[in-house]
Amino acid sequence: MIVNNVGLLPPISPRLRSRRIADRVFRWAVMASVLLVLLPLVAIMGTVIVRGAPALDWNFLTSLPKPVGETGGGVGHAILGTLFLALGGLLIAVPVGVPAGVFLASDRMPRLGGTVRLCADVLSGVPSIVVGMFAYTLLVLPFKQFSAMAGAFALAVIMLPTIARTTEEVVRLVPSTMTEAALALGAPRWRVMMQVVLPSAGKGVAAGVIAAFSRGAGETAPLMFTAFGSQFLTTSPMQPIAALPLVLFNYAVSPYDDWHAQAWAAALVLATLVLAGNVIAKVATTRRSR
Amino acid sequence: MNPMPMPTETRRIATGAAGRDVALVAPRPHLGMPFQRDEDSPTAPDKEPRGIKMVIDSLTAGYGSHAVLRNVSLPVIERTVTAVIGPSGCGKSTLVRCLNRMHEIIPNACVSGRVLLDGRDIYGGHLDPIELRRRVGMVFQKPNPFPTMTVRDNVLAGWRLTGTRPPNADGVVEDALRRAALWDEVKDRLKAPGASLSGGQAQRLCIARALAVRPDVLLMDEPCSALDPIATARIEELIHELASSVTIVIVTHNMQQAARVSENTAFLYMGELIEFGATAGLFTRPSDPRTEDYITGRFG
Repeated sequence: MIVNNVGLLPPISPRLRSRRIADRVFRWAVMASVLLVLLPLVAIMGTVIVRGAPALDWNFLTSLPKPVGETGGGVGHAILGTLFLALGGLLIAVPVGVPAGVFLASDRMPRLGGTVRLCADVLSGVPSIVVGMFAYTLLVLPFKQFSAMAGAFALAVIMLPTIARTTEEVVRLVPSTMTEAALALGAPRWRVMMQVVLPSAGKGVAAGVIAAFSRGAGETAPLMFTAFGSQFLTTSPMQPIAALPLVLFNYAVSPYDDWHAQAWAAALVLATLVLAGNVIAKVATTRRSR
Repeated sequence: MNPMPMPTETRRIATGAAGRDVALVAPRPHLGMPFQRDEDSPTAPDKEPRGIKMVIDSLTAGYGSHAVLRNVSLPVIERTVTAVIGPSGCGKSTLVRCLNRMHEIIPNACVSGRVLLDGRDIYGGHLDPIELRRRVGMVFQKPNPFPTMTVRDNVLAGWRLTGTRPPNADGVVEDALRRAALWDEVKDRLKAPGASLSGGQAQRLCIARALAVRPDVLLMDEPCSALDPIATARIEELIHELASSVTIVIVTHNMQQAARVSENTAFLYMGELIEFGATAGLFTRPSDPRTEDYITGRFG
């Protein structure tokens, strides 16, 4: 028989009451923190969309800037320039970062691996303007010329730790039974890596590369004295080249209202590009854990 | 009955019958005539005298200064099934992993003693582990087909992963799958991913993958422990059929399985070989009290 024993409970003590109040306060405090974390992203995207959308049209995305005083013109050269620089950065960073990540995951030389891992983590914390200066002294000063190549190199340095560390993480996720199966068939280690481990980790590696791409595409400081920026559509690695963050900076600090509007539109394009990269990388990594 | 696991007499016969020079010139019988042994003349193998395929001689193995196996010596007879039994942690897996040098892929692993394959010491320095592992295949506890490869590519993995091409890929695939008793179930979905098969099928795919490179010896490390009874029965049947063409060493913690599939059994306990002999004898008249205790279920 079920006895309703509500009547048997002691009356709510003051201590219990204060606990309930504390519980409620903490619950609201946590909720507030969550909202505060979301707020900046929502506010930034909101502002950028509201202020950038009016100036955004097909012409803006494809055409070149007009001379000062004339209205219209666009940032086609900077969109191409950013893609050019970021892809150039990947061209340098992927062939170095992916094998480095594979090496880190293998644990073959724990001492060296630990050092490399520490260096990668420190490198990802180096202020990007310092990376820019490094590229400047290495690739701009000797040639006496700002160049796309120097910009791509600076971005590669920034991308490298991201690529190496994500590759390490996803390669570690490949079960050791796969490696063992391949080794037991007589496969040399490099073939095990190329034909078994990397294909299994492929999606994760790709996600790391995309994340590095969007990280690099959003950087401004390392490009200021390497790629430098340009008013023209250039594709030569030895010439200065335009980039969205540089255009954004130059237009935003200019005295012209028309350029301000274009800076907002450029911000919208850049934010969309970077955000899309991050979302693609996130989706790809969560899918692979299926 | 021999109370000692590896009498010196046997050892002498081993090196004498399959000595280095003999082994180097002896033809490998089933290269190039794949069906002859298993299908055209199924009774032939029994009439041939069986030599000694592998000799494990004073093998000690472990990690760092910790020995998992101590001074183990036993012969592996050609084209028979040799079972290795013993309680968990007694060194069964380490023993078979020493036979294709998979033990040494673990950092800190150490091995001493000799393991002869056709009279040649596989730790002697003149045999590359890659070459060795093609001749001594392995099937693991958990089925581990490559998930990124199709069924067909899984079977061919042993070739592709060593940078070689089989002369007739379709023939190799069909032959290996038939020998692993999987052909009829997968012949219509060779392009399906290797991960799409059931547990028992996946394990037979792994056996086909190991057989596709035509190894002389097949090591099986508890191949049925992740499978249900029906799948287990199929694999056991398969082991029986394969024994006419391949030398099999199977690790099992299931004594009934050892009794069903093997001709010889080695009983390991705490890293030492306690007893080795014909399976029937070992299970009915064990000569060591520890063997008796184990097979009657008093420990382990």
